[in-house]
Amino acid sequence: SPQVVWSMLGNRQFCSYKMTTKTQNFCRNEYNLTGLCNRSSCPLANSQYATVREEKGRCYLYMKTIERAAFPRRLWERVLLSKNYEKALEEIDENLIYWPRFIRHKCKQRFTKITQYLIRIRKLTLKRQRKLVPLRRKIERRENRREEKALIAAQLDNAIEKELLERLKQDTYGDIYNFPIHAFDKALQQQDAESESESDAEREEEEDDDDEDVDKREFVEAEDSELSDFEDMDKLETSSEEEQEEEEEVEKKASHSRSKGKAPLKGPARRKRPYIEIEYEEETEPNTKTKAA
Amino acid sequence: AGDGSGPVPGGGTSPPAPERVLFPPTFSVSEIKNKQRRHFMFLRWKQQQRKEKLALKKKRRKEREALGDKAPPKAIPKTIENQRVYDETTVDPNDEEVAFDEATDEFAPYFNRQTVPKILITTSDRPRGRTVRFCEQLATVIPNSHVYYRRGLALKRIIPQCIARDFTDLIVINEDRKIPNGLVLSHLPDGPTAHFRMSSVRLRKEIKRKGKEPTEHVPEVILNNFSTRLGHSIGRMFAALFPHDPQFIGRQVATFHNQRDYIFFRFHRYIFKSEKKVGIQELGPRFTLKLRSLQKGTFDSKFGEYEWIHKHREMDTSRRKFHL
Repeated sequence: SPQVVWSMLGNRQFCSYKMTTKTQNFCRNEYNLTGLCNRSSCPLANSQYATVREEKGRCYLYMKTIERAAFPRRLWERVLLSKNYEKALEEIDENLIYWPRFIRHKCKQRFTKITQYLIRIRKLTLKRQRKLVPLRRKIERRENRREEKALIAAQLDNAIEKELLERLKQDTYGDIYNFPIHAFDKALQQQDAESESESDAEREEEEDDDDEDVDKREFVEAEDSELSDFEDMDKLETSSEEEQEEEEEVEKKASHSRSKGKAPLKGPARRKRPYIEIEYEEETEPNTKTKAA
Repeated sequence: AGDGSGPVPGGGTSPPAPERVLFPPTFSVSEIKNKQRRHFMFLRWKQQQRKEKLALKKKRRKEREALGDKAPPKAIPKTIENQRVYDETTVDPNDEEVAFDEATDEFAPYFNRQTVPKILITTSDRPRGRTVRFCEQLATVIPNSHVYYRRGLALKRIIPQCIARDFTDLIVINEDRKIPNGLVLSHLPDGPTAHFRMSSVRLRKEIKRKGKEPTEHVPEVILNNFSTRLGHSIGRMFAALFPHDPQFIGRQVATFHNQRDYIFFRFHRYIFKSEKKVGIQELGPRFTLKLRSLQKGTFDSKFGEYEWIHKHREMDTSRRKFHL
């Protein structure tokens, strides 16, 4: 009898559907109406019981009566509820007529909750779904490793520098940069002996131009715009004489508080030269040592 | 067992090994059961190997010098690029068919200078700080680009609006766990859509020795190593992001370098120190891309016609085969 069942399962002995927490006891039985472990909500301890469950978007009313207690296979009777909310409520009332109030009320509440979450599911599926693609660890690791190796093999800085120098040679930059040596080589290729004297004259002319430009530039710098900085840097760099560059830079730094813009640009450029020289020196030493030994 | 010769080592530091260590022929270092001793013997064996290798090298070098001019040329070391499996879709620069294709594909209006690129950059839903900052930096790097906040809008609805407002390209940066990890690049008026996996994203502040901020000048574009037909189309996609006429005054260059199917993006400022030397300084964000799929029309994941999809099981099997 149900009272005995409840006195065993509910209070004293073990019920596998029961989950205890600090404040409450829950019932994990799939036919449970409220989800709590109570005398009135336990599907095992009540011989007359009903629930509402949904399957694939349709709601069903499940009923259990004493008459069928001996036939576990036919124990739960299932009734399909209509899709219309009000009609379904009426159907629940019809089927559970003369049943205890508690069960009827809880069934309707549960049915309401279920329809609400079904509506929400339908709304969400219309919006954009985020597709979760699982990462495969092995593949991720492999790709990361290959990327690192590709990066090393790429030698990006060298490649970019080469490409830029190629473009300089191909004259894509036109007249912006004029390197006298470059012009010298080009002239050599076209004509032979006459070109040498011509290019010397050009160089001298260019030196004069640069001097004049320096004087002019000192006036212009006072305007303090970034663009002019870069342009001036350009014109600076194109002169082949290093002494001239250094003089001009010293002057500029004295006259110009904004030299910070130049220093970092020069930084990596400057750093590159001493590095290269040092390497050459080290390489020759061990050779000499072994030869001596 | 093991130790056929030489002093038996007592502990970690031991007397220096003799010049020639004779091991009985059937001896192997791995047979010694004692770990310390085994380790020691292994180190000695290693030293010996190194010495032999050095001696061999010296001998070869001496022979080489002795022969002088008659020496055989140095052997070229094998690299993965050398050993790459020949791809039949490699583009020949003189290929007419490819030239014709390129004159009539979706980028033709760009390359004929009929359209000016205008780019929309957006993210996936609810982007985190890093992604937002990355988008902003990307917008400074690509001229004529706008960042828009994605408010849960569907791409299929965004695209017609973009086309109506004259955008030529759409970039969507996908985010996962607070880092950007995917990029969808779609050429708008009906153009191809490429989906990339993005990795090692570095924002400007994480780059060492960076310069000032990129200016508004139109940068130059360098596309390296896009050799196959597929690589060509991807390269053109990237080129179509930037306006045709770079402003050389700005001295900025954006590089897309393809190496073994990884596309490295870098943004530099360069300066010619002499006609044979150029200095570059990295500004701007950097990231690497790996192509996952190329789709013919605009973004449509369900019904799109895919030109190329990366399939792990088939395409990752050979280490010498690359597709871009």
